[in-house]
Amino acid sequence: MSAEAGRSGHLTGQPLLEVSGLCVDYGAGPGTVHAVVGADLVLHHGEVLGVAGESGSGKSTLAYAITRLLRAPGMIIGGSVAYHPEPGSTVDLLAADEGALRVLRWSQISVVLQSAMNALNPVMSIGTQLTDVLHAHNPSMSKAERRARAASLLDMVRISDDRLGSHPHELSGGMRQRVMIAMALALEPQVVIMDEPTTALDVVTQREILEELMDLRERLGFAVLFITHDLSLLIEIADSITVMYAGRLVERAAAAALFRAPRHPYSLGLLRSFPALHGPRQRLTGIPGSPPDLRQLPGGCVFHPRCPYVMARCRTDAPPLLRPAGAGDRELTGGRSAACWLQDGSSAVPPELAKPAPGGVSPAATSAVATPVARSQS
Amino acid sequence: MAVGSTTNLGGASPAGPGLLPAVDAPASRARLRLPRSPKVLIGLGSLIVFLVLAVIGPWIAPYNPSRTFSTTISFPQPPSAAHLLGTTQQQQDVLSQLLAGGRSTVLVAFVAGLVATVLSVVIGVTAGYAAGLGDDLLSMLANFFLVMPALPLLIVIFGFLPQSQGSDDLLIGVIIALTGWAWGARVLRAQTLSLRSRDYVESARIIGERGWRIIGFEILPNLIPILASSFLFTVLYGVGTYTALAFLGLVNPNHLSWGGMLFYAQVAGAEQSGYWWLFIPPGLAVALLGTSLALLNFGIDEFINPRLRAAGLSRRRTRRAGVARAERLPRRFVLGVTPVVGYTPVAGAAVPGGSSALDVVSDGSPR
Repeated sequence: MSAEAGRSGHLTGQPLLEVSGLCVDYGAGPGTVHAVVGADLVLHHGEVLGVAGESGSGKSTLAYAITRLLRAPGMIIGGSVAYHPEPGSTVDLLAADEGALRVLRWSQISVVLQSAMNALNPVMSIGTQLTDVLHAHNPSMSKAERRARAASLLDMVRISDDRLGSHPHELSGGMRQRVMIAMALALEPQVVIMDEPTTALDVVTQREILEELMDLRERLGFAVLFITHDLSLLIEIADSITVMYAGRLVERAAAAALFRAPRHPYSLGLLRSFPALHGPRQRLTGIPGSPPDLRQLPGGCVFHPRCPYVMARCRTDAPPLLRPAGAGDRELTGGRSAACWLQDGSSAVPPELAKPAPGGVSPAATSAVATPVARSQS
Repeated sequence: MAVGSTTNLGGASPAGPGLLPAVDAPASRARLRLPRSPKVLIGLGSLIVFLVLAVIGPWIAPYNPSRTFSTTISFPQPPSAAHLLGTTQQQQDVLSQLLAGGRSTVLVAFVAGLVATVLSVVIGVTAGYAAGLGDDLLSMLANFFLVMPALPLLIVIFGFLPQSQGSDDLLIGVIIALTGWAWGARVLRAQTLSLRSRDYVESARIIGERGWRIIGFEILPNLIPILASSFLFTVLYGVGTYTALAFLGLVNPNHLSWGGMLFYAQVAGAEQSGYWWLFIPPGLAVALLGTSLALLNFGIDEFINPRLRAAGLSRRRTRRAGVARAERLPRRFVLGVTPVVGYTPVAGAAVPGGSSALDVVSDGSPR
């Protein structure tokens, strides 16, 4: 990898998807909902980027807007989305028309939807549905080749290939989800967007599927934009995590740094909402109050009515997404930033928001480093 | 709970979290959101005109429609000041006949629509809900009426009617309904079949609600959009069938209707002789009545299927709401291509144009 990649620390890949200042509205006029405001994201080659937040915080809207899949009355009102199929070339996804999007979808960017289990056609066998995709995108493939490829795709998600003739109702929920993941990967996309792909599954199945997914990512080298409300899950699987609140990005950090040393009170609240499996006992406090009405947002920092550390300034001025003042150099390499006035260096930071960030490179990140190599060998 | 999903018959879930019908202010959202497209307004407006004319038509007619003005002239007179739409071969005023004849046509059509809709609900919903042998028998009955050619059957039935009853609008409407309910019954049966296995219906059955209550409170409210369009469709069928029967002279010719006027125009050889005022006014009236019903049906379509409405995101409404560059919005929302109202072009980005070469966006204005 280049020198630039080396400088950017654990995020070694080239930027694959660059989102800047993305704004999404639902509807127009007095009842407009500003669902996403000024979102900036960079997804690198082989990276797992997690987006976390409560229900209604705009995570799914963000993902759908990036892929232009939002339904009416959703519309994109500002910002840019650049996709780099290979280093040096750029596709402007917001300027692309229907035909251009169709070319990119599935073969370059694929999506595993929230209700993926219902996305399979109930009257067609999964083998037919898998080979259908291959046929549509690569008509020169012979029937036997398509069949073999479909079998290997199923094998990839650890389903035996005698299931090719099964219909969706003959599979369990977890298997259907795996089939959907196999379908999303059928054309070897560079970006896989997963919108709560495991929400409907029990934790054991969830773990199996996620482990397979991470395994596949290491073998195939695609990047994942993973959307979930489950921050504990993201800490396990993501390289870096973005936390959203009320349509805004409030904190961005490497996964380990977010877990050990959150810089935004909202992230801290999310982390305190689930128990740690080991370590000292802590009281689960959660976050008081409920998410705001997106049509009537509070002034200043949108989180201030629920924030235990609220200051006078928070009620009037909206904090920008800035690098925390006390952050060390190593920490900054993960694109670390937080939208909180506590972190601008002008006031004393409460100790729970100023924990030292873990140094070194996280294990998940090392795999990202190794990915391009593994790919070139295969 | 049943009424809440009325507009969502396709079974599709709303687009995502936080989706609101945002163009309308919250205060106006409680109101029934009838579509206000020009189609619906024109359809509803002209249907109301026809209904009003059906009631007051005979009173505002300038003359008694059966009055003969001259016994010496033996061919139709063209429009004049005294007779705005001319006279018939019997020297009766065409305008008066047109105004008075609307009542019978509209009445027969609506009686036919009403009776056929009731029949289709009773048979279709029962068949769909009952399943098993009852369903088979009722479906067979509906299929039997579907494959039977309606017009020949009606001709036979009207042949048996005594002349005195041939002018009874209610009876004619009921007879037409007997041949027109089967289509609606099939549609309602299919939708009932789909609804009866939904979770909320099954839960109602498990907690012990009675069959008639489940049909009346859980299933029927969800069928209202289909019922409404099925009703309009049968009314339309009634207009056409009644006009056809009267035109063929099967209805007592002395009973005034638009179809009867066309019958007399045919008898007078109006087409060959160029007596256009004999067939154009009643023909146009039938066509306009049919058009208004069809336009209203489109409106109900939009009401049933909110996807056809682009969730109120039309260009005009958005511009009125003060959105800059509302002209960027598509005329109709296309699934999978979210409209981009404003954006920052990516420097040096290429837009792959369909299949071939890459077009570089240089001036910053897309496409």
